[in-house]
Amino acid sequence: MLQIDPWKRVGIWLTLAVGVALAMPNLFYSRVEQHNDAAAAIEMGLDTAENREAVGAWPSFLPSGLVNLGLDLRGGAHLLAEVQVQEVYEARIEALWPDVRDVLRAERAAVGTIRLQPSDTGELRVRISEQAGMPQALEAVRRLATPVVSLTGAGSTDLDISADGSDIVVTLSEAERQATDERTMQQSLEIIRRRIDEVGTREPTIQRQGADRILIQVPGVGSAQELKDIIGTTAQLTFQPVVGRTTNAGDVPGVGNELLPSLDEEGAFYILETAAVVTGEELVDAQPSFDQNGRPAVNFRFNPAGARKFGDYTAANIGNPFAIVLDNEVISAPVIQSHIPGGSGIITGNFTVEESTQLAVLLRAGALPAGMEFLEERTIGPELGQDSIDAGKIATTVAFTAVLLFMGAAYGLFGLFANIALILNIALLFGALSLIGATLTLPGIAGIVLTVGMAVDANVLIFERIREELKTARGPARAIELGYEKALSAIIDANITTFITAVILYVMGSGPVRGFAITLGLGIMTSVFTAIFVTRLLIVIWFERRRPKTLEV
Amino acid sequence: MRLKLVKDDTNFDFFSRPTLWLGISVFLMVLAFGSFMVRGLNYGIDFQGGTTIRTESAQPVDVGAYRAALGALDLGDVVISEVFDPNFGPDQNVAMVRIQAQEGQEAVSGEVITQAEAALVAIVPDIKFVSVESVGPKVSGELIWTAAIAVSLAIFAVLVYIWLRFEWQFAAGAVLALVHDVILTIGIFSEFGIRFDLSIIAALLTIVGYSLNDTVVIFDRVRENLIKYKSRDLKEVLNLSINETLSRTFMTSGTTLLALIALLVLGGDVIRGFVFAMTWGIIVGTYSSVFVASAFLLWLGVKRDWTKPTDTTGNQFGDVDA
Repeated sequence: MLQIDPWKRVGIWLTLAVGVALAMPNLFYSRVEQHNDAAAAIEMGLDTAENREAVGAWPSFLPSGLVNLGLDLRGGAHLLAEVQVQEVYEARIEALWPDVRDVLRAERAAVGTIRLQPSDTGELRVRISEQAGMPQALEAVRRLATPVVSLTGAGSTDLDISADGSDIVVTLSEAERQATDERTMQQSLEIIRRRIDEVGTREPTIQRQGADRILIQVPGVGSAQELKDIIGTTAQLTFQPVVGRTTNAGDVPGVGNELLPSLDEEGAFYILETAAVVTGEELVDAQPSFDQNGRPAVNFRFNPAGARKFGDYTAANIGNPFAIVLDNEVISAPVIQSHIPGGSGIITGNFTVEESTQLAVLLRAGALPAGMEFLEERTIGPELGQDSIDAGKIATTVAFTAVLLFMGAAYGLFGLFANIALILNIALLFGALSLIGATLTLPGIAGIVLTVGMAVDANVLIFERIREELKTARGPARAIELGYEKALSAIIDANITTFITAVILYVMGSGPVRGFAITLGLGIMTSVFTAIFVTRLLIVIWFERRRPKTLEV
Repeated sequence: MRLKLVKDDTNFDFFSRPTLWLGISVFLMVLAFGSFMVRGLNYGIDFQGGTTIRTESAQPVDVGAYRAALGALDLGDVVISEVFDPNFGPDQNVAMVRIQAQEGQEAVSGEVITQAEAALVAIVPDIKFVSVESVGPKVSGELIWTAAIAVSLAIFAVLVYIWLRFEWQFAAGAVLALVHDVILTIGIFSEFGIRFDLSIIAALLTIVGYSLNDTVVIFDRVRENLIKYKSRDLKEVLNLSINETLSRTFMTSGTTLLALIALLVLGGDVIRGFVFAMTWGIIVGTYSSVFVASAFLLWLGVKRDWTKPTDTTGNQFGDVDA
């Protein structure tokens, strides 16, 4: 008959308790937000009395997850940028000419005179006067190619070299293009992330979208133009001679010197000569690698001009440290072990593999590797967001009250049960949104309101069914049971179809639309749970206590 | 005393004039499609590219002055409209300025925005730009394509689901109702020139979900009654099923409309288009469940042999223990 297993009851109560606990921080939004910000600040080392007080304002044993507010509610800037990845191919190909010239000169006897030809962008065209020497020339140039290191490009080399009449045509191979694109995108993401982190705003979103696009959303930035300025600044990488090391931030570095903090060592400072030996503009590559002892390290290479300066400097300063400085912070200050000719070197230190990879990225990340075109930009003022939140709150409250009254009037006591379930449904929905750290947008609020309206559907179906079953007069317990049982297939079908559209919205949509899809999808799940399990539990508990002979629904 | 939107044991004949109802629906669809072809949609920048600037100032909006100021910049097509909303305070005068995507520019240029803002500040010193949005033609082209795919995909997924759970005639009826709802919604947007942007696509998909919800509840009952009353003819069974679920249909549409109307009036002008689409969709979707989906099902006919090895509810979820 009408009953629910004890373990099921416990499960339902537990789910509700967890949901409500997770949703609760949202009721104290600004307090919890300050708590979270302060906790993060203390983690970063900003242990001030103010921060401690903010942390204390919210008990740490309570959940502190919040529903993130989308840009349209909080205000901020949104950019969609397309990275011009092909610019990198052009630069790579152009830089090849001196090497190609050198190897062909060595074969002058066979190939004759060589001349650079005007060509399409992204290809290098070299004419040789002795066409008979073409096989030899091709072979010589092919020796310049190196294997591509990537998952997809295994076994191929980075250059495609072919003959076109008496021209040698050099282009980047497909595998190398892909590998280059990948590197370009990673560098761009890393640089943008660093730039935005420097500004120190809360929860920026920096995401790669598709092959060559980057989505940047930063709450609290005044305008998209401001955001573009932040991103556009180039990173300054320099190699500077080290004068000394100190832990006192107030030290006077002396004329021609400067005092810079260390990147990883808290409280450590370096006194450096202001004039850089070499700058990052002269760095052509940096890759994570291992030193002769098998410890993680970073390999780097300069262009010819940089190589000469670097070689001269290292020859003259063996045993002295020099500093690698990025944006006025000392990344590391290794000691020069030997003269470094040829413009390539290795940075060792107490790196983990992750750190060496990171450092290589940072070194490459001197400046944005390629230009960016902005395809979409949006600025939403904080006032507009606040207006939207206020309007959303009022509308949700009114909608909620209206639906509660309506259900109560239509179904009496059972309507009350449905109303309790509806309130719990909203709590569960907010709990779920907080748990997954979802972002609430304005359409998302509409999704919640829609959920309020639609969530009662399952209960309406059940109650209407119970009414029908009561007519066949098999007693109230049986009618309730049959009502739930027979309404189930309609509830499942109806909700699965709506859920399908929510999933499609999530997959195909972006930004605010995605926010809507999340609230709609989660709303369907929580409403099915509360409408079926929670109301049933409430009705069963009521039924066990009262044992009514007749039932009015 | 209970509130009852529909009295017990109704016995309306929904299919006394089947051709009339289907005819009206088809006529409305043709009308909506015609409006779409003739007037087209008032695409927002999401789909057309361009820039919108939302301005706010304590001074009343003088559309003519705004237009004169921006016209001098030679930015092509500029549309200025004042925005009204009951939520606005007395000193809140809001206008939307829309500037077309600039010729020959694939991407967004900050220059246009800076120029336009400077021109407006020159005539209204206290003007604030509460939101500035700009979409390049490259992205907007993709967005409209993605949107079209999303709607088609949703309808197709629904077709497959209903087909699996019911019979193909049910799927055909449900999908025709969805197409009907989508076309009528697009029609009303083109007829009244309401801005059609990305959020409207979200609304369209929600309508698809809702309308289907309604249709499925009726179909579910039809299937049950087809098993129960093997000898009654289809028209009778359909009428019975719709009458039995009528109370639920009105209750659910009622609560949803209550919530949406609250949002429509009080939710602010930013999402008004979105909420309007949904409100309209719920009304049309409720109508179409009966007069399009079920009418079409009647017209198609349905196989009457449901002698699958099933229990009374006739589906694999029937014995889920809730």
